[in-house]
Amino acid sequence: MSDVFWITVAGAVVTYLTRIGGHLVLSRFERVHPRVEAALNAVPAAVLTTLVAPAMLTAGPAEWIAIVVAGIVSLRSGLLTMFLTGAAVLIALRQFMG
Amino acid sequence: MSASIVTENGASPAPVSEFWRGVRVGLPIVVAASPFALLFGALAVDNGFTVGEVIFMSAAIFGGASQMVGIELFGQHIAPWLVVLSIFAVNFRHVLYSATIGRRLAHWPLWQQAVGYFVLTDPQFAEAEREAEQGRRVGFAWYAGMGAAVYVPWVVESGIGAVFGRLIPDAHALGVDFLLPIYFLGVLMSFRARAFWLPVVAASALVSVVAYKTIGSPWHVSAGALAGVVLGAFLSPVPEEGTRR
Repeated sequence: MSDVFWITVAGAVVTYLTRIGGHLVLSRFERVHPRVEAALNAVPAAVLTTLVAPAMLTAGPAEWIAIVVAGIVSLRSGLLTMFLTGAAVLIALRQFMG
Repeated sequence: MSASIVTENGASPAPVSEFWRGVRVGLPIVVAASPFALLFGALAVDNGFTVGEVIFMSAAIFGGASQMVGIELFGQHIAPWLVVLSIFAVNFRHVLYSATIGRRLAHWPLWQQAVGYFVLTDPQFAEAEREAEQGRRVGFAWYAGMGAAVYVPWVVESGIGAVFGRLIPDAHALGVDFLLPIYFLGVLMSFRARAFWLPVVAASALVSVVAYKTIGSPWHVSAGALAGVVLGAFLSPVPEEGTRR
């Protein structure tokens, strides 16, 4: 079997371990301490931020404008509207701003 | 919010309609991830993958960023164990997802949980948390619908990208590389009613940006996430120590 095959198999195994690992560790405890509970409640905001913020760092004006517009739209409307608006602004601006 | 009434009076919706409701939740993600899947397929072939290997990787790993890193390093002839380690590093944030989402999936049979954790991608996690936040019980049919809606196009489109890679027009002009950050911002904003949302976001943003500049990618994700999570745990008022554990 090729290197690619083994890299993929091993990559899939370690990925599955990350996707189930946190649950396997936590489920060993009878009770979840309130501080742990509070930490878990912060997970979505914390991780999603790390997927957005550094991307802003390497971006340019077109991306910044698109993300600000999308952010404002998200205050008033649903996720799909927000996403499509942001994408449209981005694609439009990229036609003439790198 | 109105949906909480449905669950509270005990009438559970039909699995088939729940499945399709999940599929609909997955649709924006398909839009956001499609160009990325096509691009992955095209780049993987450029880096020496066959079409079959592209499809196998998408089906087995199902994690866009980690697959991109994997093919990039493979193309640079990095030692295979280092490629695998990098895939692990990129995907490490999922440990937090599985720890968090476990509470929502615990009522499922084991095999459903095993499947559920396999498709626990960024959007799957975020939408499942949103589902729970809206007062609904996270059901397997809904979750599977969303998972399938994202998984099947991901695998198929990376295959299409592998076959027709040369035909992809200017990916940059189409905004490919920035569609997912926009989507993730949208999901992030939808959590803004949660306790300590702003301080958590500020801490994670600051630390992830600093870590991105210093220790570099992909560990900036785990570092930034950890900062926000620790702050969230610390800020939360907790009943008197030692009453109950």
